[in-house]
Order: sequence, then C-alpha cells, then structure tokens
Amino acid sequence: MAYVAPGETSLVPPAEVAEVDLYHAKSWITKYVFSQDAKVIAIQYAFTAIAIGLVALVLSWLMRLQLGFPDTFSIIEPSQYYQFITMHGMIMVIYLLTALFLGGFGNYLIPLMVGARDMVFPFVNMVSYWVYLLAVLVLIASFFVPGGPTGAGWTLYPPQSITAGTPGSEGGIVLMLVSLALFIVGFTMGGLNYVVTVLQARTRGMSLMRMPLTVWGIFIATILALLAFPALFVGAVMMTLDKLLGTSFFMPAMISLGEQLEYDGGNPLLFQHLFWFFGHPEVYIVALPAFGIVSDLISVHARRNIFGYRMMVWALVAIGALSFIVWAHHMYVSGMNPWFGFFFATTTLIIAIPTALKVYNWTLTLWKGNIQLTVPMLFAIGFIVTFLNGGITGLFLGNVVVDVPLSDTMFVVAHFHMVMGVAPLMVIFGAIYHWYPLITGRMYDEALGQIHFWVTFVGAYTIFLPIHYLGFLGVPRRYFEMGDTSFIPESAATLNAFVTVVALIVGFAQLVFFYNMARSYTKGKIAGRNPWKANSLEWQTEEFPPGHGNFGATLPLVYRWPYSYGVPGVAEDYLPQNVPPDEVVTDEGPGASGA
Amino acid sequence: MGFLAHLTEKPWLEGESQGVDTDGGGIFSLPTPQIGLRVFLIVATVLFTLFIVAYTDRMVVADWRPMPEPWLLWVNTALLIASSVALHGAWVGADRGRIDDVRAGLYAAGVFAFAFLAGQILAWQQLVAMGYFAASNPANAFFYLFTALHALHLLGGLVAWGRTTAKVRRGLAPGQVHLSVELCAIYWHFLLVVWLVLFGLLLLT
Repeated sequence: MAYVAPGETSLVPPAEVAEVDLYHAKSWITKYVFSQDAKVIAIQYAFTAIAIGLVALVLSWLMRLQLGFPDTFSIIEPSQYYQFITMHGMIMVIYLLTALFLGGFGNYLIPLMVGARDMVFPFVNMVSYWVYLLAVLVLIASFFVPGGPTGAGWTLYPPQSITAGTPGSEGGIVLMLVSLALFIVGFTMGGLNYVVTVLQARTRGMSLMRMPLTVWGIFIATILALLAFPALFVGAVMMTLDKLLGTSFFMPAMISLGEQLEYDGGNPLLFQHLFWFFGHPEVYIVALPAFGIVSDLISVHARRNIFGYRMMVWALVAIGALSFIVWAHHMYVSGMNPWFGFFFATTTLIIAIPTALKVYNWTLTLWKGNIQLTVPMLFAIGFIVTFLNGGITGLFLGNVVVDVPLSDTMFVVAHFHMVMGVAPLMVIFGAIYHWYPLITGRMYDEALGQIHFWVTFVGAYTIFLPIHYLGFLGVPRRYFEMGDTSFIPESAATLNAFVTVVALIVGFAQLVFFYNMARSYTKGKIAGRNPWKANSLEWQTEEFPPGHGNFGATLPLVYRWPYSYGVPGVAEDYLPQNVPPDEVVTDEGPGASGA
Repeated sequence: MGFLAHLTEKPWLEGESQGVDTDGGGIFSLPTPQIGLRVFLIVATVLFTLFIVAYTDRMVVADWRPMPEPWLLWVNTALLIASSVALHGAWVGADRGRIDDVRAGLYAAGVFAFAFLAGQILAWQQLVAMGYFAASNPANAFFYLFTALHALHLLGGLVAWGRTTAKVRRGLAPGQVHLSVELCAIYWHFLLVVWLVLFGLLLLT
C-alpha cells in the first residue's frame, strides 16, 4: 500500500485564484427558475430527467405486460408496442442517463469538487438546461401528433424509420429527430462548461491529479460526448431532409406498399455508421461518470484510499479513446467485410483490459477496507457486480462468431440492460443517497434505503438473468408476440410471465425511493456537516448545504489528494483536502506532527 | 507546468507534489472565453468533418450528378475573405489601442458578412431557377446542406459581432473590447477556412 503523507510540506501560497464575477440573482424567478447557479441547474436537470425517465419506466411495463401475457391486453396494438420500445430506449439512454449524469451530477459536483464558485459560463449553462427542456417537450409532443411517436426502434434505422408502414413515420419521426438535434445543441452548451471549468477554474493546489475520480469520469465523458454527438446530429439532419425535402442521403430506391418511391441511391448503411459512431461512445458517456462516482463512493465508504489512482485516470482516458474505434461491432450482421469485423472484434475485446483494470482496482480498494455497508456502498458494490456481469456478456457479443447467432435475440437485450441500464442506475441511486445530505442538509431513512437497494438489486437479476436464457433459446427481440414457434418451448412463455410480474414489483418498489426522498426532505434527521467524513471539497464548504457561490469569502486551498483515509499518525481516519499541514490533528495533538 | 507534468504527478507520495500547481487555476494561460471558443471550434470541426465524410461516401454511388458552381460563389468567397480581413484589422486595432480602427473593422466585417449571406441566397435562387432542386440529386442536396449549415454558423457569429459592435458604440475603450473582437476574429477565420474547404470540395467533385 502506498504511504499516504499526513500533509505535504509544500505550503500553498495564500494568494487567491481570481474571483469570478459572480452572477447574483435579483428575484425569485432568476434565483430558482432562470437561475445561473450550477447547483440549481443541476437540480432542474435531475428533476426533468427523472420525470421523463418515469415515462420510459411506464412504457417498459406496458411492453412487459404484452410479452408476459400476449393475448390479454387488447389495448396494446402491435404498432404501439414498437412505439413503446423506441421511446423507452431513446428516453432512457439519452434523456435520462446522459442528462442526469452530465447535466445533473456534472453541474452539481464539478464546481464544488474542484473548488470553483460556479461554472465558467453560467449564462450558457442556463441556456443549456432550457434547450434540454425544450428537447424533452418536443419529444413528449410526439406522443400527441397523428400517428403517434416513432416506432422505428431506438436506432431509427432508415429506410424503414421514414417509410409508410412504420408507426410514427409521418410526424413522430420528425419530432424525434428535431428533439435529438435540440438535445445535442443544449448538451454542447453544457459540455463546453464542464470541460473548461475542469481545465481552467480549479482552485489553488487542485492539480489535475488531485481531482476526485468523479470529476475525471464526468470530464472524460463530456469530451466523448462533445466529439460523438455531432455524428448523431449529422445523421438526424440528413434524415430529416430525406423525410421532409425528399433528398436521398440514406434512402435507396425502393418499392413500398406496391409503389416505387421517389428515393434513389441513398445509403442506409451510412446512417448506421453515423449512428453507431455516436452510439458506442454513448455507452461510455454513461459509463465513465458512473465509474468515477463509484470510485469515490467505494473509497469513502470503505475508509480506504483508492487503489491505483493514476491507473484509474489513465483507464478512463484509454476507455474513452478506444470507444471511438469499436462502433461497427453493432453492425456485424449488416453484411460487412470479414476483415472489418475482425478489426472491430479486436478493438472491442481490447477495451476489456482497461475496464477489467478498474474492476480489479475497486476490488483492491475494498480489500481490507473498513467497509461500511451504507446504502450508497451497497449500490456501489451492486454496480461492480452488475457491470462485471454485463461486461462479460459483452465479451461474448464482441466476437463476430458468437454475435451472429445471438444478434437480435433477447440475449442482446439482457446484455445491454445489465451493462447500460441496471449498472448506471445503481450508481445514480448510490450517488443520490450519498450526496442527499449535501443537497438537502438532511439524512435519508436508512431502513427504507436498504429495502430499496435489496428489492432493486435482487429484482434486477430476477428480471434479466432469465432474459439471457430466453435469448439463448432464440427468442427474438422487438417481436410483439411469438405465436406458435416450433423452436421455442412453451416454458418460455411461463418465464416471460414471471419476468413481467417481477418487473412490475421492482418498478413499484421505486416508490419507496421517491417516498424516502420526499419525506426525508422535511422530516429527515439533520445531517450535520460532512456526515460521511469525506475528504473532497464539496463537503468542506463554509455554508452547509453549500449556498450561492459555493464557498465562503475565500476559495479553499488544496493541500493533498482526496483519498487520505486512515493516514498513519493522524488522529481521525480522514484528512480533508483543504486542511493545512500545520493544522492536522495528529495522535499527539493538534499540529504536533513535523508537517 | 505542462500538461504532461500534470498527468504524471503522484499525489499519494510525500513530497512528490511539492510546488505542484500551487499557482492554481488553468492548464492554459489563455483567458477562459478563449478556451471555450477553441473547444467549440473543435466540436464544429468534428461536425463539418463528418458531413464531408458523408459526402465522400455518398458521391461514389452511380446516381451522383456533379452540379455546376455558379460564378457568384467566387464573389461570395471574396466577400467572406474581405469580412475576415476587416475583422482582423479590428483585432489589430484593438491591440494597438485605436478605437477608430476597431470600429471601422467591425462595420466593414459586418457589411461584408451580410453581403456574403445575401450572395449565398442569390446563388441558391440561381440554382433553383436552373432546376437544381435539393431532391433531384444528392450532389445538389449536399450543396444546399453545406451552404445552409455554414450560413447558420455565420449567423451565430453575427450575434456575437452585434454584441461587440454595440459595446464599441457605447464607447468602451479598446482594452475593454479587445477580447470580444479577438474571439469574433478567430471565429471568422475558422468559418473562412471551413468555407474554403467546402467550396474546394464542391469545385473538385
């Protein structure tokens, strides 16, 4: 184990980082509605994302009802089923996970953790949220246009996505594409803030390598998003033109419903490349903030310095870079040159190296740690296990020969729900529980939190493990109903009914979480300062919970990394980043060390 | 300290981080808005690059009919160059503290930029009059897409230009508008390069 110094002898000069001209709200509206305070913007992002996420949750129940009890619910039409699939996927991936991790946690934590008063461009940051809200509203509007929302699948592949016969191929798809374009514009504004704040607005002593891994994860993920979202933007713009102006960027010559369409020569595969050039980094746009947050949760709640900090940073960078050269593993069955598939299978499997490295380091951080099984810690451990499971099935699917038979089966559905659905949600829950005292000043109810964790964790496995098995049986994804299919045994239907029942239970169990959050906001125990005894700066603010401007009269000075837990010779088992070396309380008394 | 020195720091070792980053703040010595603009330019470069990749992918299909470039585009190119040069003049003026140069440069740049946009619309009209519709061939569609996208970026730039010009009109000193003028000029040069690349691509194919 690396020896953690009680305090470096270097004295940080007392001069201050130049104070940012803080924006001061003049009225209730500019303080809470059109606010330029990153913390308020974060809450706005989080509430919007969770609200639209609940819509997607309800859509998944409707799908599960149809799959579990195929002949029971006459209100669910096949075309609606496709619309539910599409909207569920799109909302969860982009409007919930991306917005919550970057817009929510990014906005709240980056300025606080790096010791800044706010984001560097607060006005742009505010506009970012309102454009995001507009994107969400346009998305919701698509439920109410004639023909309903698009049912093209979340990948929106042309030509079918804009061809008559696909649900929502008139208004729905256009609103979907417009909403995506708006989301990307809004995100770019936010993303500029996150990147530049990390690069330029850190407080004195907060070198890059003293940043908490949460900030590193969000920082790298934002870079990925800034570089990957333009590909989706290009695809969305060109498909909108194909739909509205009749251009043929993606649309080949084709006969639809007995009629020769006007389109000619377009390349649908081009859209697939553009989509996945965005779509694969998107997986890591969601995963990297989760990696970062989980590292901090584990370190704090195991009272142990993170194992291999620098390795963890480089692994984030390596995963981010590699994620740009693996996209075509989503397209093995699109008829590609075998060498092309070989290349992408290789790069895909290489990503397992930095990812496994992170899993080892988390495990080694836990090793001999003073593990506190708090709710955030449970969710963090739940994440590691789930990400490992989902990652391993990803290795199956990354191989062309294994992917081809499993492609478009429920196995793929189970894989990406484990790795990209359940795993990041575990981190979101863990992070909300962990930072709840910071945001509200009160503690959540521990017992309700434990119930929420166990039902969610066990429930998620009860739902998705059987779906892996259904995939092995050959049950295809995106099918409204199976009818009589000779190679699928009847027991598959029983299993599907079981999964549906569990999914409903787990879904409703989330009410425990919402009740806990709402009740604790007024009735919860007062948390007191720094209830987790954490080292990072967000817990060391003068005002608690942090107020406008984050820190008091002067910005904190940083003397060490955020992982000084259990330092030999220091009286407490933690040592915040901003405690000057000569004020460290040692076993012998205050300031007695030579430091 | 350099970027690499940042990344090779060992924060867990005693003494290792002595003197590291004690000056605090940014990795880059440029003002923060400068960094913001550069990050945005990277994103915009990725965007235009992907459009160009799509263009080269689509043009190999047999139905591609190259479209003629109206001579007006040459005039527009000249206007955009003039706009960039004028804004550069304003930047140099701000450097030297001559507010008259700044004002003249900004006005000229605005006039040339609006003229460029008007010229682009005229070019569209000429092409439509000749029967080159967006839907009739992908080459036409890409032409309209590229020009529209570039014009939208320029319109966004003109918002910043308008705010800067307003500052000058309010009588701010050259030192107070220096950063705004500089940011506008950098963005203008970027859009000029983008246009030259797109125009070159259209001419060559």
